[in-house]
Parts: sequence; C-alpha cells; structure tokens
Amino acid sequence: MAAVRGLHARRQRRLNVFRYVVFTVFGLFFLLPLLAMLRFSLEGSTGGSWSLSAWGQIASYAGPPPLLSGVEITLELAVITCLVMLVLLVPTVIWVRLRVRWMTRLIEALCLLPLTIPAIVLVVGLAPIYRVLRQQFSLSALQLFWVYVILALPYAYRALAAGLEGVDVKTLSEAARSLGAGWTTVIWRVIVPNMRQGVLNAMLLTGALVLGEFTIAYLLLYTNLQVTLFAVSRGTPNAGVLFSTSSAALLFAFVLLLILSYVGRRNGRQSERSKVSK
Amino acid sequence: MQAGRRPLVSRSQLAWTGTLPFLGYVGVFLLLPTGIVLWDAVQSSSGGFDFGAVSTLWSSSTRSFFVNSAELSAITSVIGALLGAVLAYAVATGNPDGLIRRLYLAGSGVLAQFGGVTLAFAFLITIGPTSGLLLHAGWFYDFPQGIGLIYIYFQIPLMVLVFLPAVDGLKAQWREATETLGGSAWQFWRYVGGPLLAPAFLGAVLLLFANALSAYATIVAWENQISYVVPQQIGTALSSEVGLSSVNQADVLALGMIVLVAIVMTGYTLLQRRTARWLR
Repeated sequence: MAAVRGLHARRQRRLNVFRYVVFTVFGLFFLLPLLAMLRFSLEGSTGGSWSLSAWGQIASYAGPPPLLSGVEITLELAVITCLVMLVLLVPTVIWVRLRVRWMTRLIEALCLLPLTIPAIVLVVGLAPIYRVLRQQFSLSALQLFWVYVILALPYAYRALAAGLEGVDVKTLSEAARSLGAGWTTVIWRVIVPNMRQGVLNAMLLTGALVLGEFTIAYLLLYTNLQVTLFAVSRGTPNAGVLFSTSSAALLFAFVLLLILSYVGRRNGRQSERSKVSK
Repeated sequence: MQAGRRPLVSRSQLAWTGTLPFLGYVGVFLLLPTGIVLWDAVQSSSGGFDFGAVSTLWSSSTRSFFVNSAELSAITSVIGALLGAVLAYAVATGNPDGLIRRLYLAGSGVLAQFGGVTLAFAFLITIGPTSGLLLHAGWFYDFPQGIGLIYIYFQIPLMVLVFLPAVDGLKAQWREATETLGGSAWQFWRYVGGPLLAPAFLGAVLLLFANALSAYATIVAWENQISYVVPQQIGTALSSEVGLSSVNQADVLALGMIVLVAIVMTGYTLLQRRTARWLR
C-alpha cells in the first residue's frame, strides 16, 4: 500500500515540475511578442523613455489614414453582426430542435461549411456580387455584416447548440403552448432565457471574430480596423499607434473570452466542450 | 369529426418552412458565392465551358504556390500540433476550474482565431531584422522559416483548443490500472494513452493544416510584395485582373483551395468520429 502511495507522490511531483516548466516556456513564447508590442507602444520620443502618447493617439491619429473611423466601423460591425446572427440563428436552432429534428444534420453541415470554404475563397465569389451591387448603390463598409454573419456561423452554431443541449425544450414548449403561448413567445421568452449561456458565448465569439477580420474587408476594398492598421503600417512602419491599437484590440478580445470562461462556469464541462471543439 | 376542417397538408409537414430564412441567407451569402467560384473557374473568356483555365493548376508557376502552401502548412501543423499537445496535456492535468486553465484557454481563443495582421506586427517588433527589441533576426523575411514561426504562434493555441477535450477524456483509472499491472510511464503512453489519442491527434494535425492553408491576413501583413502561397496569389489575382494569364485565375486558384481543404477536412471529420467513440 505504502509503495503504491510513494509511486503516486513521486509521479505527482514529476508531473508538477513538468507542468511548471511547460507553462513557463510556453508563457514566455506567447508573451514576448505581446510584451514587445506593448513596450513599443509606450515608447517616448527618445529611445528608452516611456510615454502614453501612442495610446492617446488611438482616438486622434490623423493618418494617413485616420484611425478613428476604422475603430468606429469595426465596433458598429461587431454589434450589427451579433444582432443579425442572433435573429437568424437562434430561432432556427430552436425551431429545428422543436419541430423538424430531421433537419438537424443539414443545418449543422451548413453552419460548419465556412470552415471548408475559408474567407479567402468566399471573397472570390463575393467580389462580383459586391461589384454589381456597388454600381447601383453606394454600399458603406457596414454592409460587410452580411458576410461576417457567415464567417461567424461555425462558432455561433456550436455555442448555441451546446447551450440548447441541457434544456428540456419539449416540456418547456408544451407547457408554454398549453398555457396559450404562440411560437414566438415560446422561442424568445421561454427557451432563450434557459440558454443564456450559449447565446452569450455565441455573441462574444462573433464579436471577437469581427474585431480581427481583415481578409474580406481588404479584398472587397472596404476599410475596417485591421485594414486601417495595415495601411498605417505600410505608410509609417514604426508608428507607435499601430502597436497601441493592436494591443488594445487583442486585450479587448482576451477580456471578452476570459469573461466567457467565468460566466460559463455554471454549465460546467458541457459548455467547455463546445468552446473547445473547433 | 369534421372532415372539412382538416387542411390538405398538415401543419407539421410545413414545419420545415420555419428554417427558410436561414436557408435563404446561407444560400445567398455562402452557397451562391461558392457556386460563382466553381462556375467562373470553368468558363472561357468568351463564355461557354472551358477547362483550359483549370488545367493551369498543373502549370509549374501555379504549382509552386500550392507546393509552398503545402510546405508551410505541413511544417507549421506538425510542429504546432506536437508543441500544442504537450501544452494541452499540461493544462488538462491541472485544476479544471483553475486560473491557469482559464488564462490559457482565453488566450488560446484570442491568438488562434483573432490575431490576424496583429501577429505580424508583434513579431516584426520582437525579432524584426532592424526593429526587433529582442533580437535582429536576419531570417525574418525568409520563407518558410520566418513566416513559419509566426504561423506556429497561432497553430499551438488552436491545437490546445482542439486537442484538450481528447486529453480531458483520458481517465485517471486507465493510468492507475497500468500502474497496478506494473506498467511504466513509457508503457502507458506506448500501449494505452498513445493509441487512444492517436486519432484525435491526427485529426487535429489535419485541422491545423487546413487552418494554415487558408490563412491570409498574417502573411499579407508580413510580406505583401512577393506571393509565396496560394491565398496571397488569390489576393493579387483578385485586385489586379490585368496582365494575368487568364481573367479567372482567382477562381481557378480558389477552386484548387476548395478541393484541397475539402479533402483535408473530410479526413478530419472521419478521425473526429473515431475519437468520439470513447470520448463520451
């Protein structure tokens, strides 16, 4: 008995050493570029000094090209994309679960399809569509949300499907229906409140995706945050504002996902799996 | 029972129409563009079918982009998967509610999927040939090692996200059973853990391969004068349709990408299904 316990203790010790070595090495590898970026964003006018001016410039950088409009458009796009994604996907996922289960496979396949048709391929097919539309109407960069919803589908679907997994939709909907509720009430006021977790996950992932999107906007000749940063880097390769804004965007996305991991606690392992199984 | 009251088609038969908004949306913004790519790839410049453009996929100039893409994807997916698996194991053996796990998971989510052009900036300022704060790496602009390092930086986090469920599924009892029977750590990994994780690992390598294959933002921010890989060349062909061998070069390259990614993702799905058998 004692021998077995000794074996365990020794293995546990070795495992802990292994873990801390791994965390340190990988932590350094991941943090060094980010810290370098942060350090450079805090560089003063003379080498080695410190200054917050690059962070102040996020709002005031006059260009070329001006930065603030890119920030605004990306934030607006994030909100619009989240809303459209919710209105489109939430009722569909619930409806399929409630009434047309035989379509589950089809809907899932369609939602995961953007993983096989990456943005760089999608944009080739979209270019002629946007070209034709732009000859008729003036389309602002906000019109990118149509495509961003598609890019977000795989992440949003997994989050919503996992959120729905633990909900007894049949009982809930029968109870609500027998009390006289219509389908809209059943979906938005009875079932959605029970899958808040999944809805929140889907929104955070969608928002983070829009923050970092470059490919589609750049090749359709629209200007969002990442395209602006790219343009700034071409003109002024070492502009401090480049690194302050990039750091801010990454930090923002990181905080979003960290919040997600804490709110996700209640549903425990189940929601963990959905986040993780890309 | 009033026969007249019964509708010709029952309501439940029409229930599928509830998914029409979704199907319509996906049809217009996903299936239609994909269809346009496939259709345009087999059109001649004067209209009508022509597979001449598709056959340029085998020409030596186009092939070199695919070879470079495959090389970059293969190197970064294998290295990224090996390192990511080690990190995933270290994360999985810790407290499932602990801070380290949360930090690594949230960080992985950000770096794996939302880095984009930022990663190229970050590496330029860290190890760039003239501006690096850490060192001045002369090989920063070399293909594939310079860009490969940046790709590995987002492949490892993706591996952690994809592989963690499989490592989490390894039961402590299996390890204990091995030990009770007198097996060593090496024997556990060789005969129990390794074979169990093998399908998940191979599947993850394929997913990482597809991920690197379709990445565009990072490599453009790294170098936008010379095209090394297919996505860069698609971008070039799309923005300047002058002076290219054929007007639909972007479509043809995109078609090649679709076929390649579809093959890789099919392999991934099959391996994933095999993993799911014991994961639950």
